[in-house]
Amino acid sequence: MNGPHPTARREGSIDIQQAHGYPGRLIVVEGIDGSGKSTQLSLLQTYLVSEGYDVSFTEWNSSPIVKDTTRRGKKKNLFSPTTFSLIHATDFADRHERSILPPLQAGLIVLADRYAYTAFARDAARGCDQAWIRNMYDFATRPDLSLYFRVDIDTAVARITGGRISLKFHEAGMDLGLSPDPITSFRIFQTRVLEEYDHVAEEFGLTVLDGARSVVEQQREMRKLVKPILKGLRRAHAERPSAGSARLATARIA
Amino acid sequence: MDTRFYGAGLAKLDVGTELPGNLIVVEGADGVGRSTHIELLQGWLEGQGFAVASTGLVRSALTRRGIELAKEGHSFDRTTMSLFYATDLADRLEHEIIPALRSGFVVLADRYIYTTIARGSVRGLDREWLARLYGFALVPRRVFFLRLDPDELIRRTLRRGGELDYWESGRDIGLAPDLYTSFRKYQTLILGEFDRMAEQYGYTTIDASRTVEEVQAELRREVANLLDPSLLTPATDVADD
Repeated sequence: MNGPHPTARREGSIDIQQAHGYPGRLIVVEGIDGSGKSTQLSLLQTYLVSEGYDVSFTEWNSSPIVKDTTRRGKKKNLFSPTTFSLIHATDFADRHERSILPPLQAGLIVLADRYAYTAFARDAARGCDQAWIRNMYDFATRPDLSLYFRVDIDTAVARITGGRISLKFHEAGMDLGLSPDPITSFRIFQTRVLEEYDHVAEEFGLTVLDGARSVVEQQREMRKLVKPILKGLRRAHAERPSAGSARLATARIA
Repeated sequence: MDTRFYGAGLAKLDVGTELPGNLIVVEGADGVGRSTHIELLQGWLEGQGFAVASTGLVRSALTRRGIELAKEGHSFDRTTMSLFYATDLADRLEHEIIPALRSGFVVLADRYIYTTIARGSVRGLDREWLARLYGFALVPRRVFFLRLDPDELIRRTLRRGGELDYWESGRDIGLAPDLYTSFRKYQTLILGEFDRMAEQYGYTTIDASRTVEEVQAELRREVANLLDPSLLTPATDVADD
């Protein structure tokens, strides 16, 4: 077989360290909870669409195949670090096959909210063997751009407790019995995840962004980083004047 | 590294210094008689005073329903499938197999990692990747591979009014336009993988073309040698059951 293989390879070479060679582009965001990565990715998506690009979006833990299992496991607290890691790899494999490769092959921009690096950081923080986790994700396509939104733990805690929703059980690492208090547990667990992320960022050459800055500042930097990798990519309606919608998208984040 | 596992083992799971029980695996294709022989072994061992538990693929509380649903959909990518089955085994190791072994049970496993490695490998996945994936799996005390020629397997399945199963025929990988040829090709490939792994994983190949009594007698001899050679006295012979 010539060209990139869609799944784990017989040769034992590591896909995640090799360029995919498909016509599309894969952009992923990483970071701990409260780093602002999802907000930034959603703004980027709006912007890219307004610029006339064909964009598809996929997020961590969303495959219909494992949904039932994940829900059951979380509800009944059935997960161990190993099965939690495996079920997320299963989820990823299914999305890689259905939601990541086809749009890349068709020449779209694929935006992924979390990628294999999340597993490298989180599962390692849960005590899983690093080499084992990396082997599991060998089949993953290397992104064209991986952005790591780095925030310190205080900023993340402030954002999470200050607004939106209550802490999720596994994101707070409550399964590890670190502390009966969710906030304390989150702090201890996510500090570990942060340390792992820093190693991962270096090992895989992720681009680090300062997630503590304002939303607008981050979005401007993100667009600047994205621009060069879009060269040569087809736009669905490049001929249409897009200044208006682009201004709209900019206005929304300002 | 804990040599009781194929690799790094299970994170955060205290296996203790000793697992007094014995994990015994019976492998082989559907229709080869695995469940019959496991049932017979279980009855025999319990009659001898052993505590016995049995387990098998896709029986975990966590993944059973999910895997069944995915198989119904027929849109089950090979990597996804391998990882889902690995999740199933990890869950059973943590919640059934290791707790039973800790309590001194004989655990009879109806298939183990070898079937899922063979399935993935036949579908083009890297064998090393599969082997490393199962680094969390406990090394069994003994593995018996019930080996049967695919032609004989087909005749056995069909003469009992059975059908050639979609997945056991590898219909998802397009080996042949018809079910019979697909089944035969697929089972031949699977058999090739099992033969290849026999040395690597050190399992005992049992000729399953013989009668149930003959095969069961051989299994009992092997199991007795492992657990307690005095089980082999004439009084416990198969014929006296």
